[in-house]
Amino acid sequence: MELFHNLVFGFSVALTWQNLWFCFVGCFLGTLIGVLPGIGPLATIAMLLPITFNVPPVAALIMLAGIYYGAQYGGSTTAILVNLPGETSAVVTCLDGYQMARQGRAGPALAIAAIGSFFAGTVCTLIIALFGPPLAELALKFGAPEYFSLMLMGLVAAAVLAHGDIIKSFSMVAMGLLLGIVGTDVNSGMARYSFGIPELTDGIGFIVIAVGVFAVGEIIQNLGDPEERKIFTNKVTGLMPTKEDLKRSMGPIIRGTGIGAFFGVLPGTGPAIASFSSYMVEKKLAKDPSRFGKGAIEGVAGPESANNADAQCKFIPTLTLGIPASAVMALMLGALTIQGIAPGPQVMTQKPDLFWGLVASMWIGNLMLVILNLPLIGMWVMLLKVPYRLLFPAIMAFSCIGIYSVNNSSMELYLTALFGLIGFMWMKLDCPPAPMLLGFVLGPLMEENLRRALLISRGDPSVFVTRPISLGFMIATVLIIVVMVLPAVKARRGEITG
Amino acid sequence: MKFDWRNNRDFFAGIMYISTGSAGWWIARDYPFGSALRMGPGYFPIVLSALMILFGIYVLLLGVRNNEKIQGNWSIRALIVLPLSTVIFGILMEEAGFIPAMAALIPISAAAGKEFKWGEVILLTIGLTIACAAGFIYGLGLPYPLIKGMWGY
Repeated sequence: MELFHNLVFGFSVALTWQNLWFCFVGCFLGTLIGVLPGIGPLATIAMLLPITFNVPPVAALIMLAGIYYGAQYGGSTTAILVNLPGETSAVVTCLDGYQMARQGRAGPALAIAAIGSFFAGTVCTLIIALFGPPLAELALKFGAPEYFSLMLMGLVAAAVLAHGDIIKSFSMVAMGLLLGIVGTDVNSGMARYSFGIPELTDGIGFIVIAVGVFAVGEIIQNLGDPEERKIFTNKVTGLMPTKEDLKRSMGPIIRGTGIGAFFGVLPGTGPAIASFSSYMVEKKLAKDPSRFGKGAIEGVAGPESANNADAQCKFIPTLTLGIPASAVMALMLGALTIQGIAPGPQVMTQKPDLFWGLVASMWIGNLMLVILNLPLIGMWVMLLKVPYRLLFPAIMAFSCIGIYSVNNSSMELYLTALFGLIGFMWMKLDCPPAPMLLGFVLGPLMEENLRRALLISRGDPSVFVTRPISLGFMIATVLIIVVMVLPAVKARRGEITG
Repeated sequence: MKFDWRNNRDFFAGIMYISTGSAGWWIARDYPFGSALRMGPGYFPIVLSALMILFGIYVLLLGVRNNEKIQGNWSIRALIVLPLSTVIFGILMEEAGFIPAMAALIPISAAAGKEFKWGEVILLTIGLTIACAAGFIYGLGLPYPLIKGMWGY
């Protein structure tokens, strides 16, 4: 009954005009950037983060969350209609979604993607409401060793599940951790890696790295290798899926939601992994796997549910434990910090309106997204026709204004230019930037907790394996590594993430 | 296959890691290291730098063995012009105000692409500047003068 009470309270917060408006703005922006290839939720949220300072905390978080899960909806539209993933998580949707569009069934493909996402969103809203409070209670028992082990697990998961060579991903994690050190050491007050530049004693801003690598670097990359955009379907007619479609999709949607929720709770993984896994599962379970890649609706329904479930369940570790489960989630916590709210398990009890309002807004947002994405699909198709040469200067303009507004100083802009170059180099050398970003975010937290843990244990490292919760995270970390270096899994990993 | 360092993706990735790690070590060499019990500010940086160097050697050897090439094309033009436009925006925001900064940023960044049409770019510049001024300065109240030295700023 408490759950019911809490949800009613959440809806009473989310249904105010102001919060509804910000939820709509978030979902709209999310769909927009989801549809447009070349700009993702990470860069967008990073750009908008500084300006959320002027907005009340609940509204700010509702809007930023809307951008994140809205992008998962929008990403599928581009995948189905243009055979280009609007977001990385929609890569698999291209396989069967585009084939369906070529067979004149773009409407049902879009509809099933939206229905699956909506189902996943509804289920995950309930999951967060159900498991959030007990998890937060558990998290209150966490000490420094538990936090360190948990973050270690997240970093290992992020490195292992990134594409390419595992050692290269681990190096990128180390790179992120090193970048995170830049600035004043909390314990000794010593400025590290600051090169005597006063702005650097506060550390490099997360937003600077995120926008530098994922907006500027990405544009440099895209201008070197222009992608071809061919819109196959000019007009989407007949949105309604047939009875047969719905029957085929039911299983994949339910399984995809489960897979997405599982990966969502696991720190360090992104929605792409969830959708890939769901696709693989559906292909394995199908009576006739040869249909996959030729327009099987299961190949759209499963992954699209999975990526939305993942995006929403990522809020569970983030809000209950106070540690960012992914780079985007780090921005959400950043938004809290800007508002003067310390992230952590206490948020739920001290700011119940924030937690429950956000949870309720997610369900409302999902409903808005179905409406935004289905009846209004024509608008997005038109938007897809905007050529890239007009798009990227606009992205640059928003990026620069966003970066400048962080500290009202141009130093951040110079650093962004530098990270644009570095990010481009990383992409060319096939060094995945996503694990770097998580390392960067978690670096200072990890160092802090490592020091504290060893101080409590008087320098005895066994503290990480003698405390039961910490031991559990350590075992999970080892398992992730062991499983991934097994030859059979290694081959499969190449297939999935390659 | 014979080893070829030119355009060798992992070889250069290894070099990048080794040089980052070495630089990290070199700068942190004077930070107090401390002990496991009481870690000094140098502990974490030195351990990480050492790890980077080790990983870097592995990746470099990987490149020697697999000879994977760097994929795709380069746009030297974009590589120079885009970061430059960001820097110019920064300078103009401090020195001249919002409108001059936008009026420089948009055409310069647009020039990073292969197709550049004057008419289109001018329209884009005017449109975006007005939209951003309305949204960010009037809508969200960011405290930037449109043009420095005018209207009492």
